[in-house]
Amino acid sequence: MNYTYVIDAVLTMGGLAALLGLVLSIASIKLHVETDPKIVQIAEVLPGTNCGACGLPGCEGAAEAIANGDAPYNVCVAGGYNVATKVAAIIGVEAEDAEVKKVAVVGCGGGSGKVKICYLYDGISQCAAANELISGPLACDYGCLGFGDCAISCPFDALRMGDDKLPKVDREKCTACGICASACPRGIMKLVQSDGDFNVSCNSKDQGKNVRKVCEVGCIACKICEKSCPEEPSAITVDENLAEFNYETCTNCGVCFEKCPTKCIQSAEGNKRPVSSSVKKST
Amino acid sequence: MGEIERYLLIFIGAALIYNILLIRFIGLCPFFGVSSSVETSIGMGLAVIFVMTVASAICWVVWNYILYPLGVGEFLYIPAFILVIASLVQFEEMVIKKTSPTLYKALGIYLPLITTNCAVLAAATESVKPGFLKLHVAYHFSFLEAIIYSLGVALGFTVVIIMFAAIRERIDVAPVPKSLKGYPIAFITAALMSLALTGFTNLFGL
Repeated sequence: MNYTYVIDAVLTMGGLAALLGLVLSIASIKLHVETDPKIVQIAEVLPGTNCGACGLPGCEGAAEAIANGDAPYNVCVAGGYNVATKVAAIIGVEAEDAEVKKVAVVGCGGGSGKVKICYLYDGISQCAAANELISGPLACDYGCLGFGDCAISCPFDALRMGDDKLPKVDREKCTACGICASACPRGIMKLVQSDGDFNVSCNSKDQGKNVRKVCEVGCIACKICEKSCPEEPSAITVDENLAEFNYETCTNCGVCFEKCPTKCIQSAEGNKRPVSSSVKKST
Repeated sequence: MGEIERYLLIFIGAALIYNILLIRFIGLCPFFGVSSSVETSIGMGLAVIFVMTVASAICWVVWNYILYPLGVGEFLYIPAFILVIASLVQFEEMVIKKTSPTLYKALGIYLPLITTNCAVLAAATESVKPGFLKLHVAYHFSFLEAIIYSLGVALGFTVVIIMFAAIRERIDVAPVPKSLKGYPIAFITAALMSLALTGFTNLFGL
């Protein structure tokens, strides 16, 4: 047996490894790139989900932009107030007062069965695509198409499509990043203050009689909520045929929720709604 | 056979006729892993072109001046080349980070993926031992031939992965039967593309 092969092999590999190791260690010193320690610190504080709601290329990019002063300390939408204060401490800026925490709500109560359908859609399973085809298969031009573009777009797994083909918001997980709002082709997802218990689950700006024709649970702009609101001026107003909350003055008393004839005002607790009774069925 | 002609044959043979992905099925993990969108596949393709060419050049030098003269190449080339390629990728990453932050942003996340990519090892091995391939145009590649060969392999890789990504983007919105959604239909697509590329067999007598 010829042992020179063994020695040659060991020497070759050892020599190669030592040479390459030397080159790499010299290179790591010579080619060392100074990174701002702030960038690393900020990146650790940021959520790290790379949701992109800030409009910057990922959390790493956001950290760099904040450290360079290209973005404000509170650029992280998903992190909200908690992250903003930590970032402000790192870069030495006074954090402003706590912003009001927001949450996404579904501005439509239609779903399967409650809204009329004008044609059977059999195309690409995307809201955006369905919306392009003669303004969607629903008789209502404002309602939820139910293909779940919003649920797919949510980077925090806070949205899922319910059995009634409406998105359901997990208020615990929702960070109010607003990505669902921009994913929805009809602008149904809205961001509201999370201390508001009620929201208007209708998006239709049609006149009341037209809404009644196509949907059981649409806002018919009857103004009963506006008149019944105990606050002065009313915390819920009807504008452009659609009721809208003013969460600054709303006290979550729930009178409008009880009085609404079409039950288009939704309660936050488990997205519950009372069964509609008084609405006149369209023929 | 003229010199230029031989270079062309090596290039076309490496890129098309013996395409590394669709004819020889080497490097399939990035082919399926990084081909979900055209943008990422372009980044991966560029990184492969860059690393494969440089790695083959260095491996050619290591083989011809260290391994072959010592007579240990036959059984040592795989660990030696892996060692060379892995350190080279590390080194390149540092150089790019230092010299061109823009390029680093474009290639940065793909470079570590290529460290132990089998396609890179295959190209490096074949540029010193062309006998693996039925390319009878050259038995021992010269340095220039080795570079042309690995460039051809890398370009073949890039073109195919970009085409595949474009097709997959269309398939994503197509009404695919539920049981075939995702990877199954991707494998069927790859098989059909592979069939199409076998049409090049025997082109120019290669």
